Amino acid sequence: MADVLVVAELAGGQIRKATHSAITFAREAAGHLGGGFSILVIGQGAAAAAAQLTDFGATKVYTTEITSVNGYVCEHYAPTVAELAKQFAVVVATATAYGKDLIPRVAAKLGAGYAADISGVSHENGLMYKRPIYAGNAFGYVQISTPIQAVTVRQSEFTAAQPAGGASPVENVAAVAPSAGADRVEFISFDQVKSERPELTEASVVVSGGRACKEKFFEVLNPLADLFGAAIGATRAACDAGYAPGDLQVGQTGKIVAPDLYFAFGLSGAIQHLAGMKGSKVIVAVNKDPEAPIFSVADYGLVADLFQVIPELVQQIKAVKE
Amino acid sequence: MKILVPLKRVADPDNANKVKVPADGSKVETTGLEWKPNPFDEYAVEAALRLTENGAQNKVRAGEVVVVTLGPKECETTLRAMLATGADRAIRIEADDDQLDGNVVALALKAIVDKEKPDFVLMGKQAVDGDTNQVGQFLAEYLGWPMATAAATIVEEAGALHVGREVDGGVINLKVKAPGLVTVDLRITAPTSVYSSQTKRDFKYNDGVRFAPLPAIMKAKKKPLDVLKLGDLVADTSLRVIYKKFEPPQGRKAGVKVKDVAELVDKLKNEAKVI
Ligand SMILES: Cc1cc2nc3c(=O)[nH]c(=O)nc-3n(C[C@H](O)[C@H](O)[C@H](O)COP(=O)(O)OP(=O)(O)OC[C@H]3O[C@@H](n4cnc5c(N)ncnc54)[C@H](O)[C@@H]3O)c2cc1C
Ligand SMILES: Nc1ncnc2c1ncn2[C@@H]1O[C@H](COP(=O)(O)O)[C@@H](O)[C@H]1O
Repeated sequence: MADVLVVAELAGGQIRKATHSAITFAREAAGHLGGGFSILVIGQGAAAAAAQLTDFGATKVYTTEITSVNGYVCEHYAPTVAELAKQFAVVVATATAYGKDLIPRVAAKLGAGYAADISGVSHENGLMYKRPIYAGNAFGYVQISTPIQAVTVRQSEFTAAQPAGGASPVENVAAVAPSAGADRVEFISFDQVKSERPELTEASVVVSGGRACKEKFFEVLNPLADLFGAAIGATRAACDAGYAPGDLQVGQTGKIVAPDLYFAFGLSGAIQHLAGMKGSKVIVAVNKDPEAPIFSVADYGLVADLFQVIPELVQQIKAVKE
Repeated sequence: MKILVPLKRVADPDNANKVKVPADGSKVETTGLEWKPNPFDEYAVEAALRLTENGAQNKVRAGEVVVVTLGPKECETTLRAMLATGADRAIRIEADDDQLDGNVVALALKAIVDKEKPDFVLMGKQAVDGDTNQVGQFLAEYLGWPMATAAATIVEEAGALHVGREVDGGVINLKVKAPGLVTVDLRITAPTSVYSSQTKRDFKYNDGVRFAPLPAIMKAKKKPLDVLKLGDLVADTSLRVIYKKFEPPQGRKAGVKVKDVAELVDKLKNEAKVI
């Protein structure tokens, strides 16, 4: 038993790109263990989506259609994942909202120890996981003492795996009956926030705004984001105030991003926000307050009013790009 | 409705950048940092209070909120603070932080739930020191209960909770019947996030958590606080996840301040080469 099981994530019948980070982990961990890895695609449309993962070098791609519920409900997914994971040494997903909900419950079912949101893996008499703690102000190295180990990986730290060719065999596995208590939870609906922009965790440029953007949040940030095909991010304060939807929040308890270029407009740079973006390659900050903590991590800081800066910036970047 | 709220105390999260890792990497030192309740757990207490009252007449409690923590004696300050804001009873399970991992905490909490038989467990989605986001999921599994994690809204109807979970790409709406478990996210303390069946839907709460008035702080000293032993609740307290060593993060140096947009664009083009 030296193999790794990757739990893929589906959204609208497609494999989410986040899954490729878990595959990168699986290749590394399987390398340390001298084993291979397989992938489980579970949910509505799993069988159809499996083809998107057959050329990554997996020993097998398993699929399970979930028909007992109309959307994602952990109690309907965890039993099947846990049952299959019994044949593996490590079960992993990416630390998205989905992975963070599902994998700990699978771990509990398996009696497995769980290392959350890891940023690295090595081998010292067994797998050693590196994980950020205290909002990224320290790192801990952990080992898990149980026969099966459960892990979620930070997408920004495990670069998306590229296809490796080949054609992994696909095998359907039957869904296991839902967990105890599943009859007391009902899936009502999924209110989707539609966006034409790339996902925050996948974009190479992120344009973020804070409380200072006010109700003009998108109006002011959109033109710059459009120039780069960038994702838009926000602080907790901006989300709480309703200027931006909650799933755009960047930070310790939101999305963790590490783009090539991160713009921070009108946000102070609280510890919890820095935790989600200080891994970015180049950081640009615009803030009226010269003492704002965001300047302590910014490569380029400009003390100015964002409402004046952004239109000028858009104009000048356009000129340079042409 | 009876609600159990597990809560942890953490080193002041707003000063987390002051934690220190000694050169030998043996631990993380939080000396000098004040203890604070884990913010998400404070939010869970607020949500539990909202679910056990009519928001317009919140002096009258309609239900019971029990808070429980695993930790040393000094955690009782945090428990008392929660009693002052309106919780009815508190339980402390004597334990040192390094005796605990998510599994042990969940096992101990299961023993408390078995005894207390609450309708719901409400708790933070994550403790902001270890940032693991697992105890709720473990506990729900050990109890065989349904769960809804990362709740941004909770509306009670006839004893069931309609929960809006903040997830990637939107909100998943679940209906959870008692007994069940909910972990809460940041926006649960917004003015219109939580409604008990008695609170009218046009009522708006103050943003954030409520503060305890002085008389309540005095009264809280007399509210019951039981102390239990970890060993009496959990047979196997061995750790599954073991920290071997610690490391400080690689510092990131501040760069330069530019004087205007033209200089910024020049640097981005010619120095950083990102445009
Ligand atoms: C448990 C917990 C978890 C949290 N998690 C997160 C998280 O994941 N992500 C997150 O972001 N926060 C998080 N926070 C909140 C965090 O502590 C801060 O409160 C928040 O990041 C502040 O947002 P802000 O910078 O937009 O607002 P503020 O701190 O109010 O900053 C606004 C900034 O805008 C500047 N400004 C004002 N007007 C202008 C103008 N016209 N032009 C330019 N600059 C201007 C001001 O100088 C100021 O620096 C969390 C907090 C807690 C307690
Ligand atoms: N020592 C503890 N005592 C009581 N509750 C805890 C403790 N540790 C964690 N919890 C609860 O579990 C939640 C999730 O924590 P974690 O999984 O450690 O991130 C917290 O928000 C608390 O409600």
